[in-house]
Amino acid sequence: MTQEKETATHTVSYRANLFVWLALLILTAVTVMVAGIDLGRQGILVNLLIASVKAGLIVFIFMHMKYESPLLKLMLLMTLGTLTVIIMMTFLDTLYR
Amino acid sequence: MNTSGGEITVHDKHVDYSGAKMGMWLFLFTELIFFGGMFLLYAVYRSSFPEEFYSTSAELHRTIGAVNTVVLITSSLTMACSITAVKKGDTRLSALFQLLTILFALTFLVVKYFEWEAKIGHGIYPGSEALTAQGQGKIIFYSLYFVMTGIHGVHVLAGIAVISVTMAMTLKNRINKGDYIRLENTGLYWHFVDIIWVYLFPLLYLIG
Repeated sequence: MTQEKETATHTVSYRANLFVWLALLILTAVTVMVAGIDLGRQGILVNLLIASVKAGLIVFIFMHMKYESPLLKLMLLMTLGTLTVIIMMTFLDTLYR
Repeated sequence: MNTSGGEITVHDKHVDYSGAKMGMWLFLFTELIFFGGMFLLYAVYRSSFPEEFYSTSAELHRTIGAVNTVVLITSSLTMACSITAVKKGDTRLSALFQLLTILFALTFLVVKYFEWEAKIGHGIYPGSEALTAQGQGKIIFYSLYFVMTGIHGVHVLAGIAVISVTMAMTLKNRINKGDYIRLENTGLYWHFVDIIWVYLFPLLYLIG
């Protein structure tokens, strides 16, 4: 039962995990603080941006995507692209009907 | 083992590592589109009722939401560490990390229970008299709140069930340094559940 070479054998160190966790905690604190200041309509955009940075950290390090094959990366990109298109098309419909 | 008649030597069970992982990711993609539909509803209704979404969001308990965010992020850390441990060959430590992950997941659900309980105690739940008497935007916000956190909660429950199984397998050494794809895939699922919450928290709790 041999696991496949590089992607499988690369082990994310405890230290790297801990750094990601710390970054996620800091970003959570930032997102709560940003919500505290009244940025009006821009507030939600800033919060979504922070959430996306957090999601990126989780996907790339915790979920190991950084070390996966280009094929898997492309598949993820296509899924996110599909979701984006669906969202954009819905807004084109609802905003201009 | 050699089969009779001098046929080919059969090696031990074939494990398709990258195939198993790709299968898990494909499942997560369907999950992403599934939750994506709900986020889409949220986005469209938020643009239709910005003021009501703004004021209703303020009725949710921000501190409780933040505490649960920290709990879930920490559970992701212990899950990631359980995989690091098993890859280093330390299965007992890995099982301990998985146990911690389950405990954090349970904590999340208990906090969520009390939060729902408080809202329902005030007569606010989908279809309730107190809620249907309110404005349309508020009804929609609360409906989305209950459906999205509810379905997310079901995913947390499923995660607890799956991690319990991998923990038992790790303790029996059926998940080990040479064969850990099931633990890795469980981890992928768990982190996905975490990511959904990373978006739910600001969208539901922080816009008010």
